[in-house]
Amino acid sequence: MPDIYLCEIIENTLLIDNIYSITIRSRELAQEAVAGQFLHIKCGEARLLRRPISICYVEDDKVNLVYETKGEGTMWLSRRAPGQKLDILGPLGNGFCMPDGNLIVVGGGVGTPPMLFAAQSAKKTVTAVLGFREAKRVILTDEFERVCENVYITTDDGSVGIHGTVTKPLEELLKSGKYSAVMTCGQNIMQKAVAGLCEKYNVPLQVSLEERMGCGIGACLVCACAIKNDKNVDVDKTAGITNDGIEMKRACVDGPVFNAHDVVW
Amino acid sequence: MDNNKLDMSINFAGVKFKNPIVMASGTFGFGREYAEYYDLSKLGGICVKGLTAKPRLGNMPPRIAETPMGMLNSVGLQNPGVDAFIADELPFLRQHDTVVIANISGNTVEEYAEMTEKLSDANIDMIEVNVSCPNVKAGGMVFGTSIDGVTTVTKAVVKRATVPVVVKLSPNVTDIASIAKAVESSGADALSLINTLLGMRIDTITRKPILHNNVGGLSGPAIFPVAVRMVWQVASAVKIPILGMGGVSIGNDAIEMMLAGANLIGVGTICFDDPYAPIKIIDEMRKYMTDNSIATLCELSGGVEINS
Ligand SMILES: Cc1cc2nc3c(=O)[nH]c(=O)nc-3n(C[C@H](O)[C@H](O)[C@H](O)COP(=O)(O)OP(=O)(O)OC[C@H]3O[C@@H](n4cnc5c(N)ncnc54)[C@H](O)[C@@H]3O)c2cc1C
Ligand SMILES: Cc1cc2nc3c(=O)[nH]c(=O)nc-3n(C[C@H](O)[C@H](O)[C@H](O)COP(=O)(O)O)c2cc1C
Ligand code: FES
Repeated sequence: MPDIYLCEIIENTLLIDNIYSITIRSRELAQEAVAGQFLHIKCGEARLLRRPISICYVEDDKVNLVYETKGEGTMWLSRRAPGQKLDILGPLGNGFCMPDGNLIVVGGGVGTPPMLFAAQSAKKTVTAVLGFREAKRVILTDEFERVCENVYITTDDGSVGIHGTVTKPLEELLKSGKYSAVMTCGQNIMQKAVAGLCEKYNVPLQVSLEERMGCGIGACLVCACAIKNDKNVDVDKTAGITNDGIEMKRACVDGPVFNAHDVVW
Repeated sequence: MDNNKLDMSINFAGVKFKNPIVMASGTFGFGREYAEYYDLSKLGGICVKGLTAKPRLGNMPPRIAETPMGMLNSVGLQNPGVDAFIADELPFLRQHDTVVIANISGNTVEEYAEMTEKLSDANIDMIEVNVSCPNVKAGGMVFGTSIDGVTTVTKAVVKRATVPVVVKLSPNVTDIASIAKAVESSGADALSLINTLLGMRIDTITRKPILHNNVGGLSGPAIFPVAVRMVWQVASAVKIPILGMGGVSIGNDAIEMMLAGANLIGVGTICFDDPYAPIKIIDEMRKYMTDNSIATLCELSGGVEINS
């Protein structure tokens, strides 16, 4: 059951540039969490809304998150010290559905952390394809090496690994026909490209979508994502979204993980 | 004071609430999500997500922007429609010992009337008429910001309703008291206020509004003093009871809003910060009663001692 937990911070360190890794202690969260879920974190008394951050990995009674400082909330988080407590609502969201066969996880930039938890949770072998802007933005590769059979790194500028985007090594892997599922998290444009390839090679893809959130538990409907729907619903066409064949699903409970072929990109 | 002797119950337009805390429409869905956290029977009442005659998909995301101690939303009345609500959601709500209030929005006066008939026949305790949604183009706030608009809608709903009718007022008007009076003289049983205040936020890097809808409704602690002022102004102008809301986040806020003239208290946005907020607010109000030797909570309504 998701709930509010006051968790002690064990570690909060800078990984690179503006990306931090925070580890908290919570037996309940560690036991319950599944890959793809997120925690809704209160970032100080001055801010009304919690911040959603994906779980990067779980170990014993510890939960690790990797986050980029964007605005006030994540800045506040980066200033927390070990021993201090965090007010956390979670674990939230549906999580990835683990296939029986071999898996490819594809992460882009700050979308890579949740793919580590997915790789850890896999039933068979995992290959990771991780894309970054440049060498100094690369994170978590040692951790992926530990749990994956193969790890491919790509950078936009070629400063490390394969020059280009994740689609290059991904296409080769998909061609081999050895994989029964792909999972991805990252920028929309990357996810869309990954979706195109998976469709071409007919391998099911699960994507983790990002949308601004309020309640985080499914009640407020601010986190809506457009998902295909073949039920013929006679919707009100006077205002807002009026497209046929779609429904608005909640990223916080119906997602953040969706089947790529259901997503309206 | 003996805790067991404290009376938190409120008789509101003939409907009995066990305590004055009512979940604000649109912030509590149809109750299912929060039922995972506590027993909904602890709540005075629940206003369900705004219903429309046909299902609605709502506005394009982003639908939320944070503001200092508040937020803007532009959900745009996403809901499954009144028929699906009655078939799929109401039976679940009815399993709990709490007052269930249906919140309705129409594109036309006729739609308001039709929904009222369906809901009156469907074992609902009250109907809250939303003439104040800032997030839809037709209907909504268009009706709520003119005397003619609120009069027409209120009369049409009251005529068809067999349960008490609450009309929810928009704060986006120059003289809320005159709108309130028009609603009262059109036969409404009660008023609720405030709905959200129209607001806007812009990303200074992209120069684009944060909300896809450009503008949205402001709610949360930031609007509390505005809500208290409006509740007081309206309470001074009408005799029908008031469901006061807007930014209530702790027990003391609820007491303050009652002193301003509210009979029931709506709690909304603060649940996004803490799902347990309404339960805590009820406990804090009980403690206030004990500490201040108040036996019956309803005595507080309108108790502010205004400076002359
Ligand atoms: C399911 C999910 C998982 C996420 N996992 C991670 C993660 O593992 N690591 C990580 O670095 N980031 C992650 N994010 C993005 C992260 O939530 C935002 O970067 C963060 O909320 C920004 O907060 P801020 O106060 O620093 O920024 P501000 O811009 O000051 O935030 C203002 C408001 O906008 C919201 N907001 C701004 N940007 C985003 C965004 N990209 N997504 C959602 N809400 C946003 C904030 O939550 C806040 O309500 C995730 C988002 C979602 C929806
Ligand atoms: C996400 C969200 C959705 C809302 N949807 C509705 C709605 O459907 N109908 C309605 O009458 N009011 C709606 N409201 C307004 C609230 O019911 C309430 O009037 C307002 O938020 C002020 O109270 P608060 O500050 O406690 O949230 C909504 C508010 C929010 C934040
Ligand atoms: S954030 Fe409230 S429904 Fe998803």
